[in-house]
Amino acid sequence: MSELHLLSTQQLISGLQDKKFSSLELTEHYIKRIDALDSKINSFITHTSETARAQAQAADEMRAQGDKRPLLGVPMAHKDIFCTQGVLTTCGSKMLHNFISPYDATIVSNIDKAGMISLGKLNMDEFAMGSDNSSSYYGTVQNPWNLDRVPGGSSGGSAAAVAAGFVPVTTGSDTGGSIRQPASFCGLTGIKPTYGRVSRFGMIAYASSLDQAGSMGRSAKDCAYLLQPMIGHDPRDATSIKHELPDYIQDINDAEAAASDKPFDGLRIGVAKEYFSKGLDSEVEKATRAALKQYEDLGATIVEVNITDPEITLATYYMLAPAEASSNLSRFDGVRFGYRCENPTDLIDLYTRSRSEGFGPEVQRRILTGTYALSAGYFDAYYTKAQKIRRLIVKDFDEAFANCDVIASPTSPTAAYKLSENLDPATMYLGDVYTIGVNLAGLPALSQPVGLTSDGLPVGLQLIGKHWQESQLLTTAHLFQQHTNHHLQHSAIAKETV
Amino acid sequence: MSQQSVTSDSNVSREEILEIANLARLGVDENTASSYADDISKVLNLMHTINNVDTTDVKPLSNIHEACQELRVDVAKHDINRERNQSVAPAVEEGLYLVPQVIE
Amino acid sequence: MTTATATDNAVRTELFVDGYEVVIGIEIHCQLNTESKIFSSAPTDFGHEPNSQASIVDLGLPGVLPVLNSGVVDRALKFGIGVNAELGLFNTFDRKNYFYPDLPKGYQITQMANPIVGEGYIDVVVNEGDKNEYPKRMGITRAHLEEDAGKSVHDAVDGMTGVDLNRAGTPLIEIVSEPDMRSANEALAYIKAIHQLVTWLGISDAVMAEGSFRCDCNVSVRKPGADLGTRTELKNLNSFRFIERAINREIERQIDIIEDGGKVVQATMLYDPERDETRTMRTKEDANDYRYFPDPDLLPVRIEQHTVDAIKAAMPELPVARRARFEDALGLSEYDARILTGSRQLADYFEDVVSEIGENHAKLAANWVMGELLGALNKEDQDIIDSPITAKQLAGLLKRINDDTLSGKLAKKVFSALYDREGGSDDDAADKIIEEKGLKQETDTGAIKAMVEEVIANNEAMVEEYRGGKAKAFNGLVGQVMKASRGSANPQQVNQILKELLG
Ligand SMILES: [Mg+2]
Ligand SMILES: [Zn+2]
Repeated sequence: MSELHLLSTQQLISGLQDKKFSSLELTEHYIKRIDALDSKINSFITHTSETARAQAQAADEMRAQGDKRPLLGVPMAHKDIFCTQGVLTTCGSKMLHNFISPYDATIVSNIDKAGMISLGKLNMDEFAMGSDNSSSYYGTVQNPWNLDRVPGGSSGGSAAAVAAGFVPVTTGSDTGGSIRQPASFCGLTGIKPTYGRVSRFGMIAYASSLDQAGSMGRSAKDCAYLLQPMIGHDPRDATSIKHELPDYIQDINDAEAAASDKPFDGLRIGVAKEYFSKGLDSEVEKATRAALKQYEDLGATIVEVNITDPEITLATYYMLAPAEASSNLSRFDGVRFGYRCENPTDLIDLYTRSRSEGFGPEVQRRILTGTYALSAGYFDAYYTKAQKIRRLIVKDFDEAFANCDVIASPTSPTAAYKLSENLDPATMYLGDVYTIGVNLAGLPALSQPVGLTSDGLPVGLQLIGKHWQESQLLTTAHLFQQHTNHHLQHSAIAKETV
Repeated sequence: MSQQSVTSDSNVSREEILEIANLARLGVDENTASSYADDISKVLNLMHTINNVDTTDVKPLSNIHEACQELRVDVAKHDINRERNQSVAPAVEEGLYLVPQVIE
Repeated sequence: MTTATATDNAVRTELFVDGYEVVIGIEIHCQLNTESKIFSSAPTDFGHEPNSQASIVDLGLPGVLPVLNSGVVDRALKFGIGVNAELGLFNTFDRKNYFYPDLPKGYQITQMANPIVGEGYIDVVVNEGDKNEYPKRMGITRAHLEEDAGKSVHDAVDGMTGVDLNRAGTPLIEIVSEPDMRSANEALAYIKAIHQLVTWLGISDAVMAEGSFRCDCNVSVRKPGADLGTRTELKNLNSFRFIERAINREIERQIDIIEDGGKVVQATMLYDPERDETRTMRTKEDANDYRYFPDPDLLPVRIEQHTVDAIKAAMPELPVARRARFEDALGLSEYDARILTGSRQLADYFEDVVSEIGENHAKLAANWVMGELLGALNKEDQDIIDSPITAKQLAGLLKRINDDTLSGKLAKKVFSALYDREGGSDDDAADKIIEEKGLKQETDTGAIKAMVEEVIANNEAMVEEYRGGKAKAFNGLVGQVMKASRGSANPQQVNQILKELLG
């Protein structure tokens, strides 16, 4: 059973159903790997091995008694942005170093109800602010493909844990690319659903109008399995929308059954020259173009579309996201929960020291930027202007989608890079240039692996869909994966046996 | 709120950073204020690109679906667990969250 | 003058103070009486252990989200209709950012850009009941929804401030007036009218002393015709009496400053009732930059026309209209109509009585409700809702007056017994008391005649006086008959028979 961790979610489900292995055996296998190998990559902040064992045992008993929930006894792990009752929830910050959440996020209880086993809480950029996991208070995360490289961020732990074979699927959250970019850096598939598809209740807010939870796994189908229990309207989240609920696995299976040897016949893939602009690494471009060629060979038509100038999109994002964040992070004040400075002399001292000692520099930078944008003299020039441009960005996407079914682009301008110390923020933010438009427009998008660079680092292709069309993205990626094997490449850590 | 637009050189001064830090209740000292001022100036300079975008007659967009919210029925739930909620608090006495004396 | 329909824009120079015109605008924070909080399901009731009524949403824990309570929206719409306002059928929520221990999220959710209630007005009577009363229409700029803050407790733990968030998230409607008030009395009339309206509509308990109805008054003075003067804001005035006194003290303070050649500084003021003076709490320089922006956690609220229609259909008749009807349809005096529309419960009680005994007896009902009943209740500091006599029971008593079973005097005896709940809880309690106590009025002509004859025989002197032209003596004889009947004889019949027999 040394290769259990390389099985797909579907294989895990049938293995459990056919009693090839028990949930407890599976869980022990993953725990053993985590215990032996996570010291190399630091993907977990908190382990919940004991409760996982108990849950696995209970799952095995329930299955024996005829419980037919497909995901029963399948392990997973959560990004540490989701509140988990009775379990430390840090959001990657010193601010929450002691925060044992008194409640469960809606998606956490939904996944729990589906019978899945949580192995712990995954490392991330502090408050999801970052693209390489370097801002975590709990240490950087190493890329399992190459320990000198970053795993991406902010869901860096979520990506690294799957890529290392510590867990088959993980939850992530995506405000400006935080699922897709680490998925691409770690050779995974990761999906950010339509804004409003998944409840945000219990997901610690970064930028409320952009944040959306999603799933990460090795394949599109793995992502679909985990995404299914996450979706749906939540009466506790006013921004979650009542919308017809798809059955992603059913849709994937139907599409597979109907597929010919040209499965993408009739599919129009929009390609925007704005997404192949300066700053794009040549190897990334090569792998992306090769993947588009493969899609064409499989029947798809490539059409040229126009989208908003990525620089404008980037500027809009870096005005709105910090503004919302500056307000969302005001509740971290050292009064009701979280970090409190030692011996505050007065109220102001309590606030300012708790906050400046509890938040890391990137978080403080974004709070300051956002506070500045919202302050009286600049509100219209920055915030209102950015909100107007947001409408134009949506309009540009709408027009592009009039001529295509999905839009494809590189997920990130580069493959996983080495951690460099003195990157100034404006340059660092350029790495998000292809992913943030999707968040501003609330669209669903996924990243799928489409090859390796000459350094052996994964490259991701981003597919963007129309609102509510996650099924189309997942089936498109799945059918591609039926004909290719990029998603079956394994990282160095995943190949290690323990 | 003024209609002031972003000037071509949006350099944020150290003094402004200190003011903003005070609003945000962040303890920023003089040195870090300068470095934040540099960083934030660079981020704000990104804004020059959007300054040229014509947004005449464009309404600001704050929620992507422009849906309206469904309201909650007015029913009270009596399921509050104060002990659990306060187990994460830095300082509690007699059920009260404690802060340094506030003079009103 | 019954209703204040006139928009009297004429400047009332008699209101000037030392030649200064006073300008007052008022903000009222009124708690709405929903079961649960505005954005969470926590209960809104008072008097519990600290933080036991604060849910994870009210505490602003990481990850929690607000969901708007429909009961809050309904109540705000009622208010909007009640002040003839343009309704914000598309309204939105904003965040007002500032740090304070009683504000758990570091921002208050409020409505800045698109409030639920737009421009409206309320008609009031200033100096009501005095000979110098006059009507005035007061403009309402807007009313918006927001969440209340928690409370700081300063004496529970030594050297520390305690924070109790039970009140955090209680729904508030903030009612902002135009600067239309020109005196403390006008301000008071406006506040009382709003207070009456919200209780009348049943949307708030509006108990000032408990903080569920809080007034902030913006006061400035100017020379007539000049631009508006610098205003100060009087905060949290928690009784009608203090409002009037605080405003007048502040007017005096401002005029003194100007007369001494100084300048009024924009500030928030507190009224100290013990010293009867206002003092500065904080000045404009400490003012915060609240960084208002649309709350991304709450989608806009769209109110459908049918919702408005349903609320309109269910609106109670408003005080001004009801008062006019009491005067016009029921023939009550202006004074009676005003007293009886003092609260919706009182007006309802009165109308319940009238519906039992007939509109032509409305005056009788008014006399008894205002006289005996309110008199007895007031003595015990009780309200109409505490009345031990139901409207039907009181009507039962009045019916016995109308059919001459009871004289006025006997009726008062029955009333006292009813008030002491001697007749039980049935609608016919008055009849039971009359029966049990034998308080029936004597209306048998023969029996009364016999008594009158006896009195004439026994009071020769008085009879002589009467016949000698001393009209007063007649009353004496009536009194003797009533005495002989131990109050039960019908006084009209006694009068009539006595007149007949004396010739
Ligand atoms: Mg106000
Ligand atoms: Zn207010």
